[in-house]
Amino acid sequence: MGIKQKTVPFTGTRQQHDDLLKVISKHKDDKGALMPIMQEAQEIYGYLPIEVQTIISNELEIPLEKIYGIATFYSQFSLSPKGKYIISVCLGTACYVKGAGDISNKLKELLGIDDGECTPDGKFSIESCRCIGACGLAPVITVNDDVYGKITVDDVEGILAKYE
Amino acid sequence: METVNVKINGISLDVPKGSTILEAARLAHIEIPTLCFLKDINEIGACRICVVEVKGARSLVASCVYPVADGMEVLTNSPKVLSSRKQTLQLILSDHDRKCLSCVRSGDCELQKLCKDLNVDDETFYEGERNHYDLDYSSTHMVRDNNKCILCRRCSAVCEHVQDVGVIGANDRGFATNIACAFDMGLGETSCVSCGQCIAVCPTGALYEKDNTEDVFAALNDPEKYVIVQTAPAVRAALGEPFGLPIGTNVQGKMVAALRRLGFDKVFDTDFAADLTIMEEANEFLDRVQNGGKLPLITSCSPGWIKYCEHYYPDMLDNLSTCKSPQQMFGAITKTYYAEKMGLDPEKIVMVSVMPCTAKKFEITRDDQNAAGVPDVDISITTRELARMIERVGLNFLALPDEDFDDPLGRSTGAAVIFGTTGGVMEAALRTAVETLTKEELPNPDFNEVRGTNGIKTATYHVAGMDVNVAVASGLKNAKELLEEVKSGKANYHFIEIMGCPGGCVNGGGQPQQPANIRNSVDIRAIRAKALYDIDASMSIRKSHENPAVKKLYDDFLEKPGSHKAHELLHTTYVRRTINTI
Repeated sequence: MGIKQKTVPFTGTRQQHDDLLKVISKHKDDKGALMPIMQEAQEIYGYLPIEVQTIISNELEIPLEKIYGIATFYSQFSLSPKGKYIISVCLGTACYVKGAGDISNKLKELLGIDDGECTPDGKFSIESCRCIGACGLAPVITVNDDVYGKITVDDVEGILAKYE
Repeated sequence: METVNVKINGISLDVPKGSTILEAARLAHIEIPTLCFLKDINEIGACRICVVEVKGARSLVASCVYPVADGMEVLTNSPKVLSSRKQTLQLILSDHDRKCLSCVRSGDCELQKLCKDLNVDDETFYEGERNHYDLDYSSTHMVRDNNKCILCRRCSAVCEHVQDVGVIGANDRGFATNIACAFDMGLGETSCVSCGQCIAVCPTGALYEKDNTEDVFAALNDPEKYVIVQTAPAVRAALGEPFGLPIGTNVQGKMVAALRRLGFDKVFDTDFAADLTIMEEANEFLDRVQNGGKLPLITSCSPGWIKYCEHYYPDMLDNLSTCKSPQQMFGAITKTYYAEKMGLDPEKIVMVSVMPCTAKKFEITRDDQNAAGVPDVDISITTRELARMIERVGLNFLALPDEDFDDPLGRSTGAAVIFGTTGGVMEAALRTAVETLTKEELPNPDFNEVRGTNGIKTATYHVAGMDVNVAVASGLKNAKELLEEVKSGKANYHFIEIMGCPGGCVNGGGQPQQPANIRNSVDIRAIRAKALYDIDASMSIRKSHENPAVKKLYDDFLEKPGSHKAHELLHTTYVRRTINTI
């Protein structure tokens, strides 16, 4: 037990907080206000950490669990921020049979985070994706706009080092 | 009433328009099995156990939510229906911890019964990947074991829609879906109020109280300890159920006999302390009315309600009566007055309470509940735990004689026994407050306006030239509605009774579970409450201030209600809490 997804300290600003309150007051009396508020909150903060969900819970007087349940149901909502470098691991069929699962595991091991999470220093986040259309290069990962193809587990450490 | 004609399994009958197929079938004496359905609380048609064939429909329909129509033809047990139900059960079992032998619900598990009824002969039919969850022991009163959870959502529906708390719900999706708290906090880290209504409606062994029966047996077997038990009013109206007696059977006499045979040194009655509570609370009420104190005064007997108030209405803590609950008053008097009288060392007394309640397990751990310098109550067990203790030692409960409580803390009145149902504390307080104010005997001690299972009841009584406005709420969503009226100034009450569980303690979170098909078709709150009102009506003394043992307690020890000593021993304080922790 204990609060999970707490890898990155929350760094919300006054401005973001004010923006969120504006969004909440805009939708507050609408039927089904929660979803649009959560979507706009994610636009403001980039993700929905407990601090943001708590503000929504307190303002709308909706249980935090209800908000968390929705946030974990829809994959469009994220509980972790995106890193400065977003690592996408293709887990499409071609990459998968070429060992993308092992590469994903190696990344998680080296960075100490899970899929969908961000390192505590805010530098790297990992997200798995489906086919990116470069099956000829399988297995493929991308780091922001850089594409790395035909990589092996042993290449992973070197790739990360480029962004240190 | 407008009716429609339907044909169920070939039998033609007229049923009220708007009925569901489930309700219509019941009128034809066919009980369609259900799992997720709780009438008015969880009507989501999700579990697919109640499916039936409707002629002309594209697929099987969920009878719990599907309304009847004129001329509809329904088959409730065709081969297609039975095979679908069986398959659904096999799929549920494929991700279910099937340790039935040691499960707390073995024997009264709704899933187990369905598997037996529907002849699920291979519980490993869909064996495959399984979810494995850590058990949640973080709260004081209960355990959550998601490995036994079937995702029916009865618990989260009750928590959110009946109790207005909503600290548990469905997280994640698909195969990973699990019932838990926000951010996977432990239940003990949330604003859970410990009411245990989730346990009362759980069909399986996924939710259960923390078991303290072994602690009680250890105390009973310790020659150094003097073990005293007290039993709450509502326990006697439900303890017979696990032994096969009809709902609402009063088993007070057998309960006392069983406790004596379990080895308790004294078998006392929480009802004594209920009378004492009335003395203190009626005095507090009159004092607030006459001296301009904070009104409305709100009762403080229900620890689930108290915790709710602390989390959700911290600005109304001054409205709460400062009286400890009867459980705690009982412990306080036992370890001071009774210990002194009998020459017992309070340190060696083990005060055990049997309660219809799980929040009582939390209450005994609260601060400012230790009149003798040791906790007022040491162990609090539920009605269910007492039933398990009786079974464990092989007592033939039904064959036990009817015995009486021990003196003097077993003496009580009709006013005390109705504490176990919504409106009972109010009625008991009115009997004493009115006679105190008017100095005349009430011609009839019944206050029928505050009886019944309605969520909110109100009444105005003309007493000694004054209009006294009272309100009674049970179930925390109803409490919220009432409190919002008070806060907005829409209502002007002098005295409010609130009980955390719908219907009051008779329907408490620690009472024997009744399966959904019973809960959906009869009002167990009203039937159990009737047992208490019948006891009240049969008693020679029906007003708390006439309890001779309570009078003697004041004469010998406490002096008078609201005295300095009474305040020290019988009153307590509350803490401000928040809903969310960040």
